[in-house]
Amino acid sequence: MLTGLDFTPAPKAAPLHRMVTAQAGAEVRATLRNGEQLLLTMIIPILLLAGFSAMPLLDLGAGRRVDFLAPGVLALAIMSTAFTGQAIATGFERRYGVLKRLGATPLSRTGLLLAKTLAVIVVEVIQVAVITGVGLALGWRPQGSPLAALVLILLGTAAFSGLGLLMAGTLRAEATLAGANLVYLVLLGCGGVIFPLTVFPAAVEPVLELLPIAALTGGLRAVLTAGAALPVSSVAILAGWAAVSLLLAARTFRWE
Amino acid sequence: MPMDSPAVEVSGLVKRYGRATAVDGLSLVADRGAVTAILGPNGAGKTSTVEICEGFRRADGGTVRVLGLAPSRPELRARVGVMLQAGGVPPATRAGEWLRLVSRFSAHPLDPAALLDRLGLTEHARTPYRRLSGGQQQRLSLAAAVVGRPELVFLDEPTAGLDPQARHACWDVVGELRACGVSVVLTTHHMDEAERLADQVVIIDRGRVVAGGSPATLTGAERQLRFRARPGLDLDELLGALPTGSAAKESPSGHYIIEGQVGPELLATVTAWCAAEGVTADDLSIERRTLEDVFLELTGRELR
Repeated sequence: MLTGLDFTPAPKAAPLHRMVTAQAGAEVRATLRNGEQLLLTMIIPILLLAGFSAMPLLDLGAGRRVDFLAPGVLALAIMSTAFTGQAIATGFERRYGVLKRLGATPLSRTGLLLAKTLAVIVVEVIQVAVITGVGLALGWRPQGSPLAALVLILLGTAAFSGLGLLMAGTLRAEATLAGANLVYLVLLGCGGVIFPLTVFPAAVEPVLELLPIAALTGGLRAVLTAGAALPVSSVAILAGWAAVSLLLAARTFRWE
Repeated sequence: MPMDSPAVEVSGLVKRYGRATAVDGLSLVADRGAVTAILGPNGAGKTSTVEICEGFRRADGGTVRVLGLAPSRPELRARVGVMLQAGGVPPATRAGEWLRLVSRFSAHPLDPAALLDRLGLTEHARTPYRRLSGGQQQRLSLAAAVVGRPELVFLDEPTAGLDPQARHACWDVVGELRACGVSVVLTTHHMDEAERLADQVVIIDRGRVVAGGSPATLTGAERQLRFRARPGLDLDELLGALPTGSAAKESPSGHYIIEGQVGPELLATVTAWCAAEGVTADDLSIERRTLEDVFLELTGRELR
């Protein structure tokens, strides 16, 4: 039974980048292995893109449907990973004492947040690649600057991560699960993802435009469909949501 | 950094939850390179005390030094290994993945595969945490606490719910940690565990230390004569025949304990009395007080 393990103390933290990549790798594996997460982050966006592109169910106005839908579905994918998936996963990590346990390892809270951000970005890269591939196959011809789209996606990721962590750090895990899914559905419907905001009454439209999902879909659509320069209003709205939500999350997050 | 500071030094510690006081002016010292057991009934304040030392909770009063430092100091995270009482692992994560992940937070970790093997978990390396038995989950937590080669390890009820083989495996690891110079602080309510593993035992009750010392000091040199017989014997007559200063009690029913100058004379007196009463004394033995006796004397027998 006795194997030669040398327990002699040699305490030293690994370099930060090694801890962060190890933790991020674990989080990516957990996401890709989780059926509900895959449904949310991959299957629903792709079904929406392929389904609504192929079928003339919606009056999307002038222009080909896929050119309208692809930017919206990209925004939805960003929201599903940065907000819904992250909120639910982090809420349950808190509930199961995982955040507490990790707090007793050399991985600092900063390191953990870096790892979570890195994991979200890795999943988003996979999503963007798959959605872009499906979109191109369906005849999508994106315009505009990829760099402008990247700026919008990063700002959207920051805003949705802040909202997700705000929820996960304050509510019970079950409430986060229900709430994050509800918010996902509401924003899917009201955020200009698959039909434009112009379908709503004129009085409501300016309010909906302030939603982070509407700012992201509107911004991506302006760049990728119309070939516009980086839209200032979208950048401002997303930056505002990011600043407020991340600040509130940092103030209110309960690790246990 | 002072190397001669104790592993843990707690002084006048107070912890309140609302109006309830969980820890009430508790002081203790855990020496470096030693195994210190914190013993106490449920709700005595063991976990609160340990979690304050681990940096998870804030003290409401008193001072705590871990390896000479305040528990919140980030450099302690690599030097201190922690085994929580339960949980702390994502349910879908496989046992081997979790241990590898925790090992990668340290610069010079133990080999996770060898450690899994050492704790009998190799065949469960690919099993998700939620499908492990309670005992396997405990062993994985123990492995994660020591994989980074810390100099101090906190184990909160490490053998709760373990079967006898797993308990012995855990005890062996604690023994090896000590032999390698690791300081260990563990909580338990198993007396045999404390008696067997600990260099120092601290008995706490209602948030205070009620006794402390080595198991031998606590149990003392005093011996007892124990036997079993039918319940309800009248011990007053026996006491009259024994030397003054002796004590006799029935606890629990049918189990008799005679304390005092336990020698041939006392033994002869007791057996003669049994003969006169027409009673056969079963399992007659002369023993030292156990830690359990000390514990129950100090913390009472009533259930809480």
